[in-house]
Amino acid sequence: MNEQYTTAAPLLQINDLCKRYPNMGNYMSVFHMNLTIPRGRIIGLLGPNGCGKTTLIKMINGLLAPTSGAVYINGMFPGAESKRVISYLPERTYLENGMKVRQMIDYFADFYADFSKEKAYSMLESLGISPEARLKTLSKGTKEKVQLILVMSREAELYILDEPIAGVDPAARDYILRTIITNYNPNSTIILSTHLISDIESVLDDVIFMKNGSLMLYTSVDAIRSQQNKSVDAYFREVYAC
Amino acid sequence: MAWELNSDRPIYAQILEKLQVRIVCGVYPPGEWLPSVRDLAAEASVNPNTMQRAFSELERSGLVITQRNMGRVVTQDTQMIEAAKHKMAVTQTESFFTNMRQLGFSDSEIVSLVNSHTNDTNNANHAVVSNER
Repeated sequence: MNEQYTTAAPLLQINDLCKRYPNMGNYMSVFHMNLTIPRGRIIGLLGPNGCGKTTLIKMINGLLAPTSGAVYINGMFPGAESKRVISYLPERTYLENGMKVRQMIDYFADFYADFSKEKAYSMLESLGISPEARLKTLSKGTKEKVQLILVMSREAELYILDEPIAGVDPAARDYILRTIITNYNPNSTIILSTHLISDIESVLDDVIFMKNGSLMLYTSVDAIRSQQNKSVDAYFREVYAC
Repeated sequence: MAWELNSDRPIYAQILEKLQVRIVCGVYPPGEWLPSVRDLAAEASVNPNTMQRAFSELERSGLVITQRNMGRVVTQDTQMIEAAKHKMAVTQTESFFTNMRQLGFSDSEIVSLVNSHTNDTNNANHAVVSNER
């Protein structure tokens, strides 16, 4: 059953990727980015505001077209096939406010073959969210939790989470991180962007530092700690000191 | 409850130490099964690959033995466990002396402080015992 994972192509490969937004002059949001992401890793995508994290993520998900360069997921361009491979949590909510949580779960189960309703309901229960609640009655943080539950209930190969923990309380944050750890499987990779580095540092294998649209550093958390004698959080504050 | 980890050292090294303490103190007794990497990673709130790396180090030191496809057990070699315990005690003592010297104490002053501390603790314990009586 593991045969499908022995394909030669890396899970995610990014070649000389650039993105220029036309109405922003010559400003390059992503600038000659090269990156190869293997399976079985939990990776933090870090960088100051406006450094191109979300633009990069949107190109990986096929929501933005690159100005030049290319993204390959399992050797394929982003498209319908890659959406089967990637479970994506966008930076803002796209759920239909009038729907109940239960309807949202049915909707996802209908849409994605790899969606596990059982997993979704068990996570809802752990976080004390009623499946009968309508989304518009939920607080901002609870909505974010629902959305993350939907994304994490898939058996995807690549999870891309854009700011997954920013709006939720510390206790739920711990639960979410534990969920990420217990769901870990050596055939899939999780990329998550965040500013809350100290909260997630011990959960990460590797970190990607971006600066002005370029890749600045791609290394392991323990490499930073042993070479710099400081946490990734402290190192980030030093590297990006204003 | 996540394990308490310092920010300035590699995570796997800190986890390794905590696992060694558990083995030396008998939380994981000789010859007993260890929890799975995944369970311990969840308990410690750390990445499973990091936990795996700490386990690999434990295996290399011989304190832990992998049973193919079944999991890991603590070694039954109690001498090896005693040796690990002794080594940890030496490390603790060294760091205590380093810290005390930084405060400006001479070695003989440190020793007499330790002696008076153990006396105080013993007296305090006696006091508790006599109160209970």
